[in-house]
Amino acid sequence: MFITRAATVLFSMGAAVMATPSQAETIHVAIDRLVYRPAEIEAKVGDEVEWVNRDALVHTATVKGGADVILPAKKSGRLVLQEAGSFDYFCRYHPNMKGRITVRP
Amino acid sequence: MTIRLTTAAAAIALLFGTGGALGNDKPTDPQIAHIAYTAGVLDVEAAKQAIATSKNKTVVEFAESMLRDHESVNKQALDLVKKLNVTPEDNDTSKSLSQAAEAKRQELAKLKGEEFDKAYIEHEVAFHKQVNGALETSLIPSARNAELKSLLETGLKLFQGHQQHAEHVAAELK
Repeated sequence: MFITRAATVLFSMGAAVMATPSQAETIHVAIDRLVYRPAEIEAKVGDEVEWVNRDALVHTATVKGGADVILPAKKSGRLVLQEAGSFDYFCRYHPNMKGRITVRP
Repeated sequence: MTIRLTTAAAAIALLFGTGGALGNDKPTDPQIAHIAYTAGVLDVEAAKQAIATSKNKTVVEFAESMLRDHESVNKQALDLVKKLNVTPEDNDTSKSLSQAAEAKRQELAKLKGEEFDKAYIEHEVAFHKQVNGALETSLIPSARNAELKSLLETGLKLFQGHQQHAEHVAAELK
């Protein structure tokens, strides 16, 4: 009983300590005239990327064999980064649009 | 095949080249709007023909992209001319473009399968190349209204992407 309660307290404290310094952030990437700006971003696991599509065209942010975010004209789309690594992405409809996300653990 | 393509490209080049249908006079904004809009409509029609005819997934996806993008740009163009209270003005360049496109449509209608796919994509490469050349050397420099110029510049960026996309698909089909 005592052990269980102590463990619960410890676990809670641990969670609190962990949560404070690693607040998830939202990183904004604009799409303007078929260009991701900035084209390269750095983030950490748990952060979110928001693409704001300023074009009057439909775009996507697509990782080959991975995420595929549809970005309707003049709208935005979001993706929570769940995995560390370096990811090249592109627009399926305009394959010469390219970007990269580097995700730290 | 090669001969036909060369002829089509030459016809378009003639339209936009010096001494072509536009003559030595710079096109006016209402004429520029008409030419750009017509080029968009023609590519949308070509895309519809490809979607109905082709069984190749890459070709159909490319055509769907053309349909989606050119309809978007033309909607923007219509909104802009309405806002500026400009009436697009038919002209010899628009007419020649439409005639060349109709000839190409009939030519493509006789083809099937891989033959159709290759001919459609190669025409898309040639068409975008010529339209981009015209935008760069004639239509954008001649545009007087800043908003029209800006829309044409966005169009150029987009159509350069289309050209690269078409070249990529053409290389895949070989």
